[in-house]
Amino acid sequence: MESINEVKRDSLLALLSAGKRADGRGMHDYRKITLQPGVTQNAEGSAIATIGKSQVMAGIKFDIAKPFPDRPTEGVLSTSADLLPLASHLFETGPPGDESIELARVVDRGIRSANIIDLNSFFIEAEKVLALYIDIYVLDHDGNLIDASSLASMAALLSCRMPKIEEGKIIRGEYAGKLPIKEKVVTCTFGKLGERIFLDPALDEEKGMDCRLTFATTSQHICAGQKGGWGAFSEKDLLHLADISMEKGAELRALLPG
Amino acid sequence: MDELRPVKIVARVLNDADGSAYIEWGKNKILAGVYGPSECVPRHEQSLYRAVVRCRYNMAPFSGMEEHGRSGPSRRSKELSKVIKESFENVIISENFPKTQIEIFVEVLQSDGGTRCAAVTAAAVALADAGIPMKDMISAVAVCKIDGKMAVDPGKEEDNFGESDMPIAFSPRTGELLLYQMDGLLTRDELAEGLKLARDASEKIRKLQVDAIKKVYEEPKEERFLIVK
Repeated sequence: MESINEVKRDSLLALLSAGKRADGRGMHDYRKITLQPGVTQNAEGSAIATIGKSQVMAGIKFDIAKPFPDRPTEGVLSTSADLLPLASHLFETGPPGDESIELARVVDRGIRSANIIDLNSFFIEAEKVLALYIDIYVLDHDGNLIDASSLASMAALLSCRMPKIEEGKIIRGEYAGKLPIKEKVVTCTFGKLGERIFLDPALDEEKGMDCRLTFATTSQHICAGQKGGWGAFSEKDLLHLADISMEKGAELRALLPG
Repeated sequence: MDELRPVKIVARVLNDADGSAYIEWGKNKILAGVYGPSECVPRHEQSLYRAVVRCRYNMAPFSGMEEHGRSGPSRRSKELSKVIKESFENVIISENFPKTQIEIFVEVLQSDGGTRCAAVTAAAVALADAGIPMKDMISAVAVCKIDGKMAVDPGKEEDNFGESDMPIAFSPRTGELLLYQMDGLLTRDELAEGLKLARDASEKIRKLQVDAIKKVYEEPKEERFLIVK
């Protein structure tokens, strides 16, 4: 496997040095993006997002939970990701690996830091709050799962219904309006190989690249960041990518419903 | 009593998997993906004589109407993975591929009773899409007893409150049963009636499976997408 990645790196570097990408895209272009919100009904919210051939589903369920002791009036937000074995020959069955944990945590951080969900409104009574679970289900892997997952999660949140609560219990199948969402959070992920930086790495590019950088943004702020891979970014790179993330983020937000 | 819920099958909805299929059966929404034949790992599980068939049936944590599901295999999902795998071991011509593995992955995105039958039906299409040689296309359906009468394809409510549940997968070519489970109480005559109902219904399912495969070749596409309505 390693030797294949070395070959990929060489051919990728040759292409990028000539200012080109394998699929003919510009350095700051996304592949085709599609969104389907509300794909299942048992989940309170759901969506499928695709970027190129990557397909990711997000499902949202509500439960009753005990609040964290240090935040007794706040609801619980929990995000997890499954890299399903049917999504890629690279994925295996078994407990979540570091890749899926990082994916879930990066998506979670963007949503959490931007405070787009009012967790105080999830308070029911003493020792009883609502818990919102976002499950990221990777169905098809062709690179840039972070952006596809955050788009799927955001679209699922925007289509999410509030459960109806009576006497401290969730009445399943009945709803109390939509989940209020204050802002749309999106992520932009860049790959870097040598001195070249490019948006939305496809799987082949991911295999060859030195490192990646993700910025989560709202319309006004950067709300989460993550660097991955062995390579390095300069301060100048970072500021430049922050600018592009704000610009591209606006394009992504325009695709989201509501 | 012999009426099926609406069934829709689409083959090849994923890009990386060697074969895939999506089925909507009533409110069930299930995705199946197949990889193989590929080198069998770990190697001590290899067979010198045939391909090793593996199956994982899994329910998404958001698939049910009730609470958020726990991730990881449950006792139920392990049992279903086993009986589904064994059904396909009968029809896959595995002796063509010694030292390899063929993996079947089933993900229940939304459940509505009868997920195992829908899973087998979708997995059979995904295997055919992957070009895995099989002796037959397996079709599955459940029958139940409600208010003293035998009926085909129980939904979730009927499943929970019915007096008996009997999921069956047939090899239509030979008429043999490849998956069989039942619970509840039935007389011998009711068993016979249930088998007849299931066989007739499975013929209808088989037609939809074959149509789904044909459609892949009638409408070739570069990129495949899962469209969920």
